[in-house]
Amino acid sequence: MKILVCISHVPDTTSKINFTDGDSKFDTNGVQFVINPYDEYVLTRAMWFKEQQGATVTVVNVGDATTEPTLRKALAIGADDAIRVNAVATDGFEVAKQLAAVVKSGGYDLVLTGKESIDYNGGMVPGMVAGLLDYNFINACIELTAEGTSIKASREIDGGKEELSSSLPAVIAGQKGIVEEKDLRIPNMRGIMMARKKPLNVVEPIEAAAATSSVKFEKPADKGAVKLIDADNVGELVDLLHNEAKVI
Amino acid sequence: MSVLVLAESSEGKFKKIAFEATSYGKKIAEMLGTSLTVLTVNAQDPSALANYGADKILTVNNETLSTFNAQAYTQVVVQAATAEGANVVILDSSANGLYVAPLVAVKLAAGYASNVVELPTSTAPFTVKRKAFSNKAFNYTEIATDHKVIGLAKNSFGLVETSGAGTIQEFSPDLSPTGVQSTAIDKTVGKVTIADADIVVSGGRGLKGPENWGMIEELAEVLGAATACSKPVSDLGWRPHSEHVGQTGKPVAANLYIAIGISGAIQHLAGINSSKVKVVINTDPEAPFFKAADYGIVGDAFDVVPKLIEKLKEYKAQNA
Repeated sequence: MKILVCISHVPDTTSKINFTDGDSKFDTNGVQFVINPYDEYVLTRAMWFKEQQGATVTVVNVGDATTEPTLRKALAIGADDAIRVNAVATDGFEVAKQLAAVVKSGGYDLVLTGKESIDYNGGMVPGMVAGLLDYNFINACIELTAEGTSIKASREIDGGKEELSSSLPAVIAGQKGIVEEKDLRIPNMRGIMMARKKPLNVVEPIEAAAATSSVKFEKPADKGAVKLIDADNVGELVDLLHNEAKVI
Repeated sequence: MSVLVLAESSEGKFKKIAFEATSYGKKIAEMLGTSLTVLTVNAQDPSALANYGADKILTVNNETLSTFNAQAYTQVVVQAATAEGANVVILDSSANGLYVAPLVAVKLAAGYASNVVELPTSTAPFTVKRKAFSNKAFNYTEIATDHKVIGLAKNSFGLVETSGAGTIQEFSPDLSPTGVQSTAIDKTVGKVTIADADIVVSGGRGLKGPENWGMIEELAEVLGAATACSKPVSDLGWRPHSEHVGQTGKPVAANLYIAIGISGAIQHLAGINSSKVKVVINTDPEAPFFKAADYGIVGDAFDVVPKLIEKLKEYKAQNA
């Protein structure tokens, strides 16, 4: 089985979110970038397929050279090789077109992605890659196994889960559950040393247009201070929720 | 040209988000000077959509669609959009809506904006405001393509009653086989789900152990709320993963979110920040949640929550 894991290079969760150039660009100053947390779950699941079923695992990112440390980290976790599509994409559709081209040329039969990235939270790339390739697609996947070309999976639905059967080739957008939190892999020293020698191939992008563009960013309006209620006067909270906030 | 909304139903009944998406679609249709078509699948009472502005209601009645299937629903939406000449397609942010939207966008060669929170700021160019950076910012996105797919964030627009003509027309899509099959559905019955809840009551490590969740459940019951928990609580196995809310867990966009014994780590706040009103109950006045909350009580949950339950019961008795 040939697995392609799509890795998004995102600001660490605790980063201060600021914008520059008249609020048109994300301010990367002082921001630490990491593997998108949702992608870490599927990357760890890919390692399971590698170790249990002899799958090969390639990681890919669409981005400029600054994303390479993130790809090296994925190699340190255990991926065999990495591809960087040398493009700064404008939107998810463009990213999906670049990724679909990589899938096609590499003949991957299982494409794993996180269900969304924590920067733009679009949740669109996995479905679009599947749609562009006419691959089977499972979103919000919380369990995944494969045998031969058939796959069994579960996805999270509102209020429960749904079990699904499908077949390769497929795109799976995973989230927490596809591996347990405690099983998440972090790079060890040996992995980091080995990652330096693993291939990281830079490929030039295909001709692909974006469908949307970012105009500007805005931070939420400052919220007023919290209204504190005395622990001995809980009835006041009920009053406020009813008369002021009007939520009960 | 028209605007198309997919109004989701579950066991034949519309969810609240179906009416929200319809309300939103009507306003966009007005902005564009066109009409609103709402697509329904196996819904029992499609005419209810007219109260939220549906001019035309397409009803699909097809046994094979009784279980949701993303590829099949994509075919239905794309065929309906084509038949109606709809350039703008609006989907909700339910698990199913999020699943279908990117597939529909590819088939229509449409730009897709998800997590949209308001009406377009302009229609030429077509610019929408969406959530980004895990609720820490908004992004204004211009959709340049002829076809546009919008994913409406839950509980962002609300319900707006306006009457539409509500002309009902049967629609029979041409379905081809799909490569993903549903084999089983495991759904909690008779409990308010986090996705559909107006109120969510959430507990953290401050509750000291799973044996103390009785009062969380009782508080939720009094409020008709869903129960949830912080990440450490689900990682410790005190509560099921399905209750974990926060960045890598479920997002919450409720009218009221009550956090009990939760300090308010940045990952937690990222997941619940879209809730309208936030209440925190915590012993530590320095807990970061107090900066994010609208109302707060500094106090011991074991003392405050039982009193709150009692006061809410009194309030309910008076307002019954």
